[in-house]
Amino acid sequence: MEEKDLLLLRLLEENSRLSPGELGIMAELSEEDVKCRIAALEEAGIIRSYTTTIDWERAANGGVAAIIDLKVNPERDYGYDRIAGRLAQFREVRSLRLMTGVYDLQLHVTGKTMQDVARFVSEYIAPMDRIRETATHIIMKTYKENGQEFSEKEAGERVPYSL
Amino acid sequence: MRDFVSSRARIIPPSGIRKFFDLALTMEEVISLGVGEPDFATPWNICEASIYSIEQGGTSYTPNRGIKPLRDAVSNWLTGHYGVRYNPDTEMVITTGVSEGLDIAIRAVVDPGDEVIVAEPSYVSYAPCVTLAGGVPVPLECLEKDHFRLMPDRLMEAISAKTKALIINFPNNPTGAVMRREDLLAITDIVIDHDLLLISDEVYSELTYSGTHVSPASLEGMQERTLMLNGFSKAYAMTGWRIGYLCAPEPICDAALKIHQYVMLCAPSMGQVAALEAMRRGEEEKDRMVQEYRVRRNLFVEGLNRIGLRCHRPEGAFYAFPSVAETGLSDLEFAERLLKDEHVAVVPGSVLGMGGKDHLRCAYAVSREDLAEAIRRMERFMGSNSC
Repeated sequence: MEEKDLLLLRLLEENSRLSPGELGIMAELSEEDVKCRIAALEEAGIIRSYTTTIDWERAANGGVAAIIDLKVNPERDYGYDRIAGRLAQFREVRSLRLMTGVYDLQLHVTGKTMQDVARFVSEYIAPMDRIRETATHIIMKTYKENGQEFSEKEAGERVPYSL
Repeated sequence: MRDFVSSRARIIPPSGIRKFFDLALTMEEVISLGVGEPDFATPWNICEASIYSIEQGGTSYTPNRGIKPLRDAVSNWLTGHYGVRYNPDTEMVITTGVSEGLDIAIRAVVDPGDEVIVAEPSYVSYAPCVTLAGGVPVPLECLEKDHFRLMPDRLMEAISAKTKALIINFPNNPTGAVMRREDLLAITDIVIDHDLLLISDEVYSELTYSGTHVSPASLEGMQERTLMLNGFSKAYAMTGWRIGYLCAPEPICDAALKIHQYVMLCAPSMGQVAALEAMRRGEEEKDRMVQEYRVRRNLFVEGLNRIGLRCHRPEGAFYAFPSVAETGLSDLEFAERLLKDEHVAVVPGSVLGMGGKDHLRCAYAVSREDLAEAIRRMERFMGSNSC
């Protein structure tokens, strides 16, 4: 991938609110060029959405999140893709990945309460054809998300001047 | 009682920013563009490597020259990056930061009365180190119209029969100037013709934004007369670890090593282990930081020019060096009032030697948010002082 495109992606991943004008200054490109490049990146499905990292625990919204590991029997011709496609339809499933290791699919699931999450797994996920086993891990505390640390750290003291 | 302070200690100037420093410490919410160090913490893998070595009991003296794996790694790195070959066992000393490297390099080659040309504006240690070694520093002004590069005609004017060495620092603190190959060749021709030494402080070498750094020792005929200084502070955000290195021809390196073993013994062992990790697995983190500095430079320099502080785009290091000539204030007045009125700390160029007058050194090694806030405050300051 072209170096300037890569830089734009990094800058946007960190802060999707940067304007084309600001991005242009930062990346040494014209505003028009930035707009074109971003449009192309969106068109190519590389930029998927412009989102916000939220510390929901701090928002005290009472929600619960869990990582759910699944063992799945893959299908002839389709592998894991069709079952993954079905799982992805659930609004509760925030992210879904195929993994190496003991389990095959990994879901990040959110719900209002622990019971919600448990019910979702036992009523919808576990009974699905081809799913052999589930392991549900409730997230207790998030320390870092999307590259952002959630705890406020005291920055080391810097001197005001050095030559 | 007699005055016991030596004449050499008396003659070196005190820090030109002491009063600013003291003033800033009494203030709240200061945005400091006055610090010549990265705002990033040292990459964590580097810290881990050092912590692990401490846990393993690695807290002793090391060989005077520095630990062998680090010297080997630095030697390979220099060859790979800058095309210079230094024997890690005979032509290199690991030093306690570039500061110590500078001191022992100068003391290894300067005799009383020798003149040493110092390209300025510059980091403040060069001239005092020459003075402490008994030499005579000869400042040589680099000009804004030359984008603060060192020009051969000006060098020629500064050379006398007593000149022994020339000290340069590119990418430059405080101007951000970079010397390209052709710029350097014009200088090294003169250095060779006049049988001089070149002391080249390259601590900002990896912070070169357009093209790649050219190390003077890589130019024909120069390695035998170059004392190259570099270190880990700036590129790897490792200022507090105090690790640098001096590379020089064997006889000079031997002399510097003698001084080093008497005054320093060795560089900090935990810092050397950290530096080794930086050499082995620090490249990606370094590149990420350099890219961020470049983004900040672009934002900050655009901001300075927008609010009327003329500033060319620096090609290296992490300093912008805008001119205040059109504001009606001297750089000292501007810096002091900016600190008092708007709590933004910058270094007045006057304290950084000849050619620094009427400029401010602004280190953009702070977060983008702080840079944007600094620009807002500076704009307000300019407005209320009808600059």
